[in-house]
Amino acid sequence: MPEIRKLSYGEAANAALRRALEERPEVLVYGEDVGVPGGVFGVTKGLRKQFGDRVFDTPISESAIIGSAVGAAMFGRRPVVEIMWTDFFLVALDQVVNQAANVRYVSEGRLTAPITIRTQQGVAPGSCAQHSQSLEAFFLHTPGIRVCMPVTAQDSYDLLLSSIACDDPVVVIENRTLYHGGKQEVSVGGPVAAIGGLRTRRSGTAATAVTWGAMSRQVVDAADVLAAEGQEVEVLETPWLDPFPWDEVLTSVAKTRRLVVAHEANRTGGFGAEVLARVAEAGIELAAPPVRVAVPDLRLPSAPGLAAAVVPAADDVTGALRQVVAAR
Amino acid sequence: MTETETGTEVLLRDLCDMWRVRLLEEKIRDLRLNGDVVGSVHLCIGQEAGPVGACSALEPADALFATYRGHGWALARGVPAVGILAELLGRATGVNGGRGGSAYFSAPEYGFHGENSIVGGGAPLAVGAALAGRFDGTGRVALCVFGDGAMNQGSVHESMNFAAAFDLPVVFVCENNEYSELTPIRDMVRADVLADRARAYGILGERIDGNDPAVVRDRVGDAVQSAREGGGPVLLELMTARLVGHYIGDAEQYRQPGELERLAENEPIARLERTLRSAGTPEPEIEAARDDAAREIETATQEASAAPLADAEAVRRHVHA
Ligand SMILES: Cc1ncc(C[n+]2csc(CCOP(=O)(O)OP(=O)(O)O)c2C)c(N)n1
Repeated sequence: MPEIRKLSYGEAANAALRRALEERPEVLVYGEDVGVPGGVFGVTKGLRKQFGDRVFDTPISESAIIGSAVGAAMFGRRPVVEIMWTDFFLVALDQVVNQAANVRYVSEGRLTAPITIRTQQGVAPGSCAQHSQSLEAFFLHTPGIRVCMPVTAQDSYDLLLSSIACDDPVVVIENRTLYHGGKQEVSVGGPVAAIGGLRTRRSGTAATAVTWGAMSRQVVDAADVLAAEGQEVEVLETPWLDPFPWDEVLTSVAKTRRLVVAHEANRTGGFGAEVLARVAEAGIELAAPPVRVAVPDLRLPSAPGLAAAVVPAADDVTGALRQVVAAR
Repeated sequence: MTETETGTEVLLRDLCDMWRVRLLEEKIRDLRLNGDVVGSVHLCIGQEAGPVGACSALEPADALFATYRGHGWALARGVPAVGILAELLGRATGVNGGRGGSAYFSAPEYGFHGENSIVGGGAPLAVGAALAGRFDGTGRVALCVFGDGAMNQGSVHESMNFAAAFDLPVVFVCENNEYSELTPIRDMVRADVLADRARAYGILGERIDGNDPAVVRDRVGDAVQSAREGGGPVLLELMTARLVGHYIGDAEQYRQPGELERLAENEPIARLERTLRSAGTPEPEIEAARDDAAREIETATQEASAAPLADAEAVRRHVHA
């Protein structure tokens, strides 16, 4: 029975894990400090107590964490593993790209690797260059891996459960700053939505803004500013990046003929570039050159003042929206 | 260390150097708690003997690679406290102009080739520094520091074997504080003595008292000398303990009752002071070691705090040549 509860973004993920462990005996939850300590962000708190050996700590061995999940999944388990920071994924990328992504394809579907890898990313004040990258494009470049980025507490509940139910490897990229976003009403215990789709945060015809992850807040704020100026921007938030809601995005862009894409990842090779490319391939004629709002192609600095100078703020999005709206 | 120095003089200098690290760390803790420093901060309070002992066995041309728990290693290697503090405070005068922060700064001009925030990430770099030394003829030794938890990273195993295969002068220093983040190492590794893994690579491995700077200097000194003379890499496991959380804000729920009190008995500063006292060292000399350190850290803090914030314009430079 669905029930409404007040949960933070992290607590909602915890509720999802608890439900998955309850409903599916094949689910395992593990990773560094995930078991007894309950996760460095508290997301797995209490699960070890309730589910015993199915929730456990591991050595600091990311390759073995992900690779063992792939192997266990090939033999009927449904592991949900944690990579504490997305930056640490990189020491285990082989297990994702060369191993997990190939299991279904090469075996022509006789074997599958239904694993869920939770991680978190994003820029936070004082986090160093090895703790603040946004790496979604790395995974999106790998066919066979699904990727989502929960934005709301409801997302963190729903997306995690649909990822666990998914028969493909899924990377769930949570966001560190969103963990501290306060409690929200979350519907728990109901049926879980199919993966994919988007959320229209604002409707409008002046321009289309497409965004995901923590950048959503800046985009919605910017759209509010434009609304006050009499320009209604359509804001499309896309918690699933693979599968990506191409039809809905292209329909909106065809309607507004003006496009801004905003993300916290670096510009070159970022997924924003893919959105622009698809619009071009679809032959949509734009009334203004499209704009990508992204981190310039830099390594990320630690000092808060320096990070603020490179990570787009709502003002940057506002500027981009004004630019595409004004162009004749 | 000069020929004429007495044993007591050396120990008093160790004491002062350990106080420098301790007081720097306490200052950083306060600055973090009042919000002047932001982000994750990992202190080495209780582990001061490792950096102080080991760095006193290195030559200026040697290369040190540390981890995110690296403030003490940087200071002991000769990086000025003011540059470290300014870095953590996001000042233009920080050793990396605010780019590195607490967990990822470097100061190569002092032979401090960086902290590393990726567990095990520094080991392959250290191998490379030693490899380069073979070609440039400097005889450079690379000293690579990591924790007990890092012993479970592939990069560390690959590096030890790589260095062993080519007899490269790398001294691998594992600071075993018995925890990797919030998890006791004994729950994650079957073998008791991590240094025993050295045997599997055909190199020397030894577990030593990591809370005695003289022991550390002695054993690291031997390892450095042997490595420099072509004897290949060595793995030293320094037994120590951090008296604080993994990071500032860690609730330390993993501690056993009475554990911190027990660890405090063996902490390196109190221990060395006891040793000096029982050897008859006059009290004012023991106090002077602390006072000198306190003055230095206080002055450095004031200077760092007065420096201008890092220049946001400069942030776009140095991505490419
Ligand atoms: C590749 C990687 N995985 C995980 C982390 C998160 N992490 C940071 S410190 C740490 C514990 C390391 O413990 P240990 O090696 O014993 O060093 P100590 O902190 O005790 O000095 C972990 C898991 C990381 N920084 N890098």
